[in-house]
Amino acid sequence: MSFKLRDICTEKLVVNMGPAHPLTHGTLRIQLELDGERIVHAQCEIGYLHRCFEKEAEYRTWTQVIPYSERLNYVSPVSNSIGWCHTIETLMDVDVPPRAQAIRVILCELNRIMDHLVCVGTSAVDVGALTNFWYFFNFRERIYSLLEEVCGARLMVNYPRIGGVVRDLPEGWTDRCMALVDALPEAVGDVRGLLEHNRILIDRLKGVGTISADRAIAYGFTGPCLRASGVAHDLRKAEPYFGYETYDFDVPTRPEGDSFARLFLRFDEMEQSVRIIRQAIDRLPDGPFLVDDPRVALPPKEKVYGTIEGLVNHFKLVFEGIRPPVGEIYVATEVPNGELGFYVISKGEGKAFRMHCRAPCFPIFSAFPELVQDHMVADTTAVLGGLNIVAGELER
Amino acid sequence: MDGSAIRNLVRDRFPDACVSDHAAFGNDTVVVERHALHDILAFLKADPKLCFNLFVDLCGVDHLPAEPRFEVVYHLKSIKHGHRLRVKSTVPEDDALVASVTDLWPAADWYERECFDMFGIRFSGHPNLRRILTHQDFEGHPLRKDYPINRRQDLHLPVEDILTPKPFNG
Repeated sequence: MSFKLRDICTEKLVVNMGPAHPLTHGTLRIQLELDGERIVHAQCEIGYLHRCFEKEAEYRTWTQVIPYSERLNYVSPVSNSIGWCHTIETLMDVDVPPRAQAIRVILCELNRIMDHLVCVGTSAVDVGALTNFWYFFNFRERIYSLLEEVCGARLMVNYPRIGGVVRDLPEGWTDRCMALVDALPEAVGDVRGLLEHNRILIDRLKGVGTISADRAIAYGFTGPCLRASGVAHDLRKAEPYFGYETYDFDVPTRPEGDSFARLFLRFDEMEQSVRIIRQAIDRLPDGPFLVDDPRVALPPKEKVYGTIEGLVNHFKLVFEGIRPPVGEIYVATEVPNGELGFYVISKGEGKAFRMHCRAPCFPIFSAFPELVQDHMVADTTAVLGGLNIVAGELER
Repeated sequence: MDGSAIRNLVRDRFPDACVSDHAAFGNDTVVVERHALHDILAFLKADPKLCFNLFVDLCGVDHLPAEPRFEVVYHLKSIKHGHRLRVKSTVPEDDALVASVTDLWPAADWYERECFDMFGIRFSGHPNLRRILTHQDFEGHPLRKDYPINRRQDLHLPVEDILTPKPFNG
């Protein structure tokens, strides 16, 4: 009896990836409809890490939202809280002192480096390259130690305040930061050398999860994922804040739009962040780290204990909270994953009437079914890694 | 193109549907009639001078006890020209239905699902309007002002039902 392959009856199989699967680095669930190893259809189910950030923000003072916002993208916490503070400062027309702006730029770029280290390290692990992960996590720990010096905490730092930062940089911090930044290109170069011409990695990532520039824009891509499709769009250049327009840096892009481009673009971005940090440390101005504005900033302790005005001001800021004017505002900043925007409606009270967070991961992950369509099951890991989906920010 | 020129262009093109427009805190806003929302957003995307190709954000707002109760807020950006615009429209509670813009931007898909999930505002023409952040067994819409912040809802569905999500019928 002759046997032909086409006579075998097959049926489509639905497989759940997640919500607890090592590749998701959190709790994402992807349902795959498979024809053999080929993905016919994919569907994302999210919400496993939803924790009502927007509802909570309606019940907390503007300042109390700062630590909550750091739980959005917990891989680069300071970027989020600085974005939140920047929103309220724009709403209230607060001029952040130059020193605080430069400190924020340094911290934002350190966080960008941290985020990219994690993204590249874990993506490489997902496709089988473990060494890079240790190289990069070693470096990430050193950045955490710098953050710890600044505020005492490593992961959730709660360092920015509306109007500046909570305390000044410790003595000699900039030297240690500069030493770290000087060592970064070598660490990045080591890992780049291990990955760039790695046959296995290239086979796994090149041409996988490709998205064109038009399609990426239509899906609301921002940040590295958009720039890896060849669109040189970066809010630090397009709508500068914290004096980013005065720093000399480039916006790297790659034309391919595949997983390989998304991963290696982050190497290029880390090099640019190093450039920015060097400039910021070189020209770090002296002066106050928190604005002297009784509407937003707590008065110094001498004034609280020594004057009645200081005491009343302190009391009202702590108990009633900052009171921005009535109105609505949307302010976006460039965080490691793209555009993080806060839409805030203020009724002139100590709390937000409504706060909505535009997280960069949310629209990016919605394109995932299209990116993995007609690929193999194993390609889901290769695509997900480069997108850098962080569940905390995706589901808020 | 600066904000006032964009607002003028929209007002001239849709004189009846454009309720009001203003600029505040560096943001430009047009408030439009709900029935014309889809046409206006399609115009904003297609017009070569405007070219709002990036669908930045969509969210709902609950103004309880004001009438009309809800508001949908769209944030658009043009990557080509660099300008931004906010488009708002009010939505009454007894007819909380808005035309979907998933045909214009695929990015709107999940945003509309989130808005439905959080506020109960439905989007006609949406291909798959299901809850997205809460579970399928969830009752009510958590970001409504009359939803208490301390209310907890456990998931009682059998595992098989959770593993096969049902499409929304409505």
